[in-house]
Amino acid sequence: MPGEFIDIRVDAKVAKNATLARKLAEICPVSIFISPDEGSGDGIAIDESNLDECVLCDLCLQAAPKGKIKIVKLYE
Amino acid sequence: MRFYEYEAKALFQKHGLPLGQSKLIDNSSGAPNQARAAFKSLDCGPVVLKSQVLSGGRMKAGAVQFADTADEAGEAAKAILPIEVNGQKCRSILVEEKTPIEQEYFVAITWDGRAKRPVCVFSDMGGIDIEEVAEKNPEHVSKTHFSSILPLTPRIAKEAVGATGVSGSDLNKLAPIVFKLMQIFLKYDLTLAEINPLAKLKDGRFLVLDGHIDMEAEARGNHKALLDELGIGDEETRQGRPPTEFELAGARVNAADHRGVAGNVVEFDGNLGLVIGAGGGSLTLFDAIRDHGGEPANYCEIGGNPSMSKAKELTKLILSKPGVEKIAVMMNVVSNTRVDIVARGVIKGCLEAGKDPAETIAIFRIPGAWEEEGFKILEKYGVDYCDRTVSMYDAAGRAVAKMQS
Repeated sequence: MPGEFIDIRVDAKVAKNATLARKLAEICPVSIFISPDEGSGDGIAIDESNLDECVLCDLCLQAAPKGKIKIVKLYE
Repeated sequence: MRFYEYEAKALFQKHGLPLGQSKLIDNSSGAPNQARAAFKSLDCGPVVLKSQVLSGGRMKAGAVQFADTADEAGEAAKAILPIEVNGQKCRSILVEEKTPIEQEYFVAITWDGRAKRPVCVFSDMGGIDIEEVAEKNPEHVSKTHFSSILPLTPRIAKEAVGATGVSGSDLNKLAPIVFKLMQIFLKYDLTLAEINPLAKLKDGRFLVLDGHIDMEAEARGNHKALLDELGIGDEETRQGRPPTEFELAGARVNAADHRGVAGNVVEFDGNLGLVIGAGGGSLTLFDAIRDHGGEPANYCEIGGNPSMSKAKELTKLILSKPGVEKIAVMMNVVSNTRVDIVARGVIKGCLEAGKDPAETIAIFRIPGAWEEEGFKILEKYGVDYCDRTVSMYDAAGRAVAKMQS
């Protein structure tokens, strides 16, 4: 189920980057990203049930190449 | 959070306080047989059987009985089992050796809110109501404050006991007991550590005959190891009466997620659900609702930055209560709780409960961290909100007015 308040969009160019996927899973404080090591496939995977837990810390934006991940506030 | 007597005594025993022999028996139909067996295994002569309830007044209710034989112990257990003391059912029965007492003392450590320090209250007239002693025989009651920051020394305990005129051997035996009680109080974040009576036996020994422990509810997480050791589960709210299913569900919501607090739910009969908290805000807001003529459906406490899902689950729980038409979401000014995260939680809670947030949330008044972000969310869903320019009292009034319109 997508988030009610938050959506996270991943650019197709980095979607299969397993190294970035692991990094995102490591840094996200609210476990929105799932590590490929947890059987989520070989790229970036999102746990949609956690999207609304996003605390807007922007750590994912800083870890990814500029503009490749976007946090969308659905209430704006 | 109150402890049963047997749990208080287990804590005392862990710290070397002197206790009589005892056996705990359960509250099943087999309790009389267990009581007979306990009498025999204790092999100490007469015993006292005490119902384990979270309330005073056991003796008056007949929930404390004496037995000189195993059969009498069985009969006493049978008599005690069905007795409710101030609405509290018997949880178990403590069978304890009956000791020949020469004198009874009272000692309690608690917080003195005005002095902002712990205080030791000691009396050489124990076993009876300490307020009555303080009123009629004030010279027999000492109050000794001590620091919760500076190192605790045995001298303080000696001062507390000596101030009532106790001296010599008794002073030397009592002071270490009082000192240990002070240490226990500080170590476990207690709000009350009481021994009454603390008995001097005819052979000169001192024994803890009854104990009362209250732990600060917020400190439960810090003392999980102790609570596990005593068998006190997260679901036990330990209020002055048995928890309702609604309150137990509230405790489960709080325990399910370590982030922040969304719990301490207490059920009331009204129709306005409350999601309230922050630095004493819960009590203030609850009183404000009542002062405006509102009827709260519950009390609760949120704070410490609960997650979205925690705020959501609490909201859903409150909305599931029959008769609850609206909720008021109000806090004091918050610095350590995210306004936007709570806003998301309560709105999502409404949506998942199949309700329109704009109709259901009577007022949202949480000023503080990330409030601008929170207000954007509230505006999108049409929820009536206010900032810190509206007092908690006035916000409560707005919520009550909506209930009455």
